[in-house]
Amino acid sequence: MSAGAAAARYDCIVIGGGHNGLTCAAYLARAGRSVLVLEAAERLGGAAVTREFAPGFSVSACAHLLHLMPGSLVSELDLATHGLKLAAERMPTIALSADDAHLPLGPEGAAALAAHSQRDAAAYPLYCERLGRLAAALRPVLSATPPRLGSAEWKDRTALLGLGWRLRALGRRDLRELLRIGPMCVQDLLDEHFESSLLKGALAFDAVLGSNYGPRSPGTVFTLLYRLAAAAGEGAGLAQPAGGLGSLSEALGRAARAAGVEIRTGAPVTRIRVHEDRAAGVVLQSGEEIAGRVVVSSADPKTTFLRLLGSEHLDAGFVRRIVHLRARGLAAKLHVALDGPPQFAGLAPSALGARLLWAPTPQHIERAYNHAKYREYSSSPVLEITVPTIADPTLAPAGCHVLSVVAQYAPYELAGGWTEARPRFTELLIDTLAALAPGLRAQLRHAELLTPADIEREFRMTGGHWHHAELALDQFFVLRPVPGVAQYRAPVGGLFLCGAGCHPGGGVMGIAGRNAARQVVREAA
Amino acid sequence: MSRPAPTRHDAIVVGAGHNGLVAACYLARAGLDVLVLERNPYIGGAAVSRRLYDGFTYSNCSYVCSLLRTEIIRALELPRFGLQIIPYEGGCTLMRGGGHLALYDNHDALRREFARHSRRDAESYDRFVRDMLRHCRFIKPLLLRTPPDPSSFRPRDLSELLWLGRHFSGLGEARLYDTLRFFTMSCADMLEEYFESEIVKAHLAGSSIIGTALGPRSPGSAYVLLHHYMGSIDGAVGAWGFARGGMGAITRALAASLEASGGRVRAEAPVERITVRNGRASGVVLAGGEEIRAPIVVSNLDVKRTFLESVDPRELPGEFLDSVRKFKIRGSSGKLNIALDGLPQFPAIPQGSPCTRGDMHVTDTLEMLERGYDDWKEGRWSRSPYVDMLIPSQIDPTMAPDGKHYMSVFVQYCPYRLADGEWTAAKRQAFGETVIGAIARHSPNFRDLILHAEIRTPQDIENDVGLTEGNIFQGELSFDQLLFNRPVPGYAQYRAPLKGLYMCGASTHPGGGVMGAPGANAAGEILRDLGRHS
Repeated sequence: MSAGAAAARYDCIVIGGGHNGLTCAAYLARAGRSVLVLEAAERLGGAAVTREFAPGFSVSACAHLLHLMPGSLVSELDLATHGLKLAAERMPTIALSADDAHLPLGPEGAAALAAHSQRDAAAYPLYCERLGRLAAALRPVLSATPPRLGSAEWKDRTALLGLGWRLRALGRRDLRELLRIGPMCVQDLLDEHFESSLLKGALAFDAVLGSNYGPRSPGTVFTLLYRLAAAAGEGAGLAQPAGGLGSLSEALGRAARAAGVEIRTGAPVTRIRVHEDRAAGVVLQSGEEIAGRVVVSSADPKTTFLRLLGSEHLDAGFVRRIVHLRARGLAAKLHVALDGPPQFAGLAPSALGARLLWAPTPQHIERAYNHAKYREYSSSPVLEITVPTIADPTLAPAGCHVLSVVAQYAPYELAGGWTEARPRFTELLIDTLAALAPGLRAQLRHAELLTPADIEREFRMTGGHWHHAELALDQFFVLRPVPGVAQYRAPVGGLFLCGAGCHPGGGVMGIAGRNAARQVVREAA
Repeated sequence: MSRPAPTRHDAIVVGAGHNGLVAACYLARAGLDVLVLERNPYIGGAAVSRRLYDGFTYSNCSYVCSLLRTEIIRALELPRFGLQIIPYEGGCTLMRGGGHLALYDNHDALRREFARHSRRDAESYDRFVRDMLRHCRFIKPLLLRTPPDPSSFRPRDLSELLWLGRHFSGLGEARLYDTLRFFTMSCADMLEEYFESEIVKAHLAGSSIIGTALGPRSPGSAYVLLHHYMGSIDGAVGAWGFARGGMGAITRALAASLEASGGRVRAEAPVERITVRNGRASGVVLAGGEEIRAPIVVSNLDVKRTFLESVDPRELPGEFLDSVRKFKIRGSSGKLNIALDGLPQFPAIPQGSPCTRGDMHVTDTLEMLERGYDDWKEGRWSRSPYVDMLIPSQIDPTMAPDGKHYMSVFVQYCPYRLADGEWTAAKRQAFGETVIGAIARHSPNFRDLILHAEIRTPQDIENDVGLTEGNIFQGELSFDQLLFNRPVPGYAQYRAPLKGLYMCGASTHPGGGVMGAPGANAAGEILRDLGRHS
């Protein structure tokens, strides 16, 4: 039978049970739509999952911190009652230094900073305050659907005027500063304010984390402001859900179900069915066809358009844009099982609950980045280290601990491929850690490295990039993921996007899912 | 001895570079009594022809005439005053291992040449040129306009912002996104969307890093490419060409045009400071102590020289001085000027091919270019530098004696400060040797032909020409320093925060390259303040 003729059983079919897919589904159901979520894996969560990587040792397998999800979203979906508990919140950040003069960031580190540089200690609060102001002004942009430029529609024009007005409301001095520093490279910004290379290294790290750039790349102040804007105001700061990020996904799943969403796991979608030039449903690997009036994909744009939909349904110019969409992951994830607490030289055991950064100087980061440009992995990588078992012992056997480490740069398209490079890079990372935490090797029981290639395979994101599409000025807001679909609406009727590849991007934020749901409700009644 | 009473003029221009002269010309044509003061015994700033070795004429700083605005050439009647521009006949990139990519001004020949390297790239080239032309058409009207201040509510700024908005949306939705992307992209990402052949990408990418502290993978470098393309694709008189008699011919023609309309240029008159009387610029004092008065002082110097060295800081707002200190002027380029005993052979290139009568390069991959930038970041000159070499004497016989040739070699990257300490004569030699070696690799008889070589590091350029750090654009062309951010936010309209003092150098919008637009725009603002709309 022609499934096109089959009555749609669902108003909306959401492809992918990651945090954005689930968020989108929950909001759609709350708006009265009948929703089906199809997740390829056996469990929900996409890149926000907790899984065992060694007997008895579990870890948040991809994303390992929760800090960008708006408090409003958490409360609207009532995630607390659906089981989201935070094992740690407002986690401090500590910049690790080779000479053990580690530097806690934020107010608690004021004294330590003064020890590094009196001048910086004076400058730092002002710097934070100003960037905070600019980020706060940008924050509403994240939750807004990007307007279409040059369109005659009043809603686009008013959106643009509103944006312009908000920026002008910053006042002359801040507006000028925003327009000046926005496109700048973070190194220049930091050099204007500070002298301590340890402080500059730590601040630069957050600007390039998850981006395909180094501190000297123009536009990295923008990525920093983006991160600050997302983290601004509400929310519990850097947080670690009890049971890892998987429990966030489970909470989202429960919230969605409670709202009436039907969820099927182990149901990989192989095709988006098009009937009379409209998305009419999906085809599963099993061959089963499910009809839906609207299909919303949380898969990355390349997967959605080139694999699931198929370029035959798109015009050549659009396909070219999708092909050129940059999504080359360059962050690797290292999981280490230890049979004791790691001992970082010069770091009090009480400080292990913090987020530890190994990026001693901006130059160190820049040199690490240089390798990525030539498809090599960094010979001295930069690291974001957490010890989730400090706040949440349930993740490991009694007395044992887990290191969860994001390591840059590890380019997706490594020259020579990852298969034989993986063990070498793993060793390099463990050596780097052991240099900071002597005795680590003696405690080491098991280590697992997820390269971007592995992340692509396990979490089904093209290029293994956790933002689905690189965050850069030329792939942001009205240009994200590519011009024409920034409003979450695909060029094919009835098809929408709700993943990290859309505005405002990834990082366990959920805003893309919420924005997309709003658009679907508006446009596909 | 008693000093004679200070002479008076309507306007003084500090620095006889091309922008200073352009500004002076426009002011003089509006009837002002203008005096241009030049520190060096010769005029021209960075657009000069020097005789540093007998019989040879060196364009020893800037070396191609590509961006000089047609509007200015016409308005100031430069051809009448002797300016003659001879277009390139081609260009090429020599490959390691012997191959080459030739560029011809004949489009069909060019396509055939591209197809030799990649059939697909030959197809894409038309799309590339079409898009570049469109970006040029978008940007060109902005060049000769004063940027609005987006933080101001003055009617003029608002209407100019409105004009910008209309100009922008005039592109139509799809194009508009492309333009937005283009201005924020890296040159490498942009080129990879069109081309697959490394040599094609490498050749085109060259222009994206000339004079900047960016690499081809740095976002924003696509715009720099466009900045250099504005000449090269410009259909106007002699796009990408040699000025007959060297680059000095341009400034000589400007000076002649100036004198014809009653202005004067005085060489060997180094300005020591700009004088201020009751809160407004009142003239200048020369190194000798001589004072010259004028109610209008126009500085062709870069902003750091103007405001940090020539004006009493107490006369300027601290916040402004702060932004001037933050303004990025980075030395990243060197220059070799070489007198040759004959025409060097390039075995890779077929005899008599016109592609040697244009810009020649030896950088054949994007990676080579990017690694050159990595060297600069580490405070050393590129070990395999990007060179833009020209032999103008092939086309303009006035540049060298019969049978001999002058070669101009622009070099990217060369740092102003070396990681291993100060520049020394020995290091300068080593730098020159690196460059000569890079060329000799492609030309067996090159070394033996060298009669004389002038090697200029960014420091030499700073010392001779007076450009801070030897930056050829008087300030990075990164997009945080363009349009209303150039030179500093709030002061992009050529007026200094001191009545009567103006800026007309490449530090101001639209920036460097021998374009003349800053000079013309500055003159426009001055005349507006005088109530004479020209």
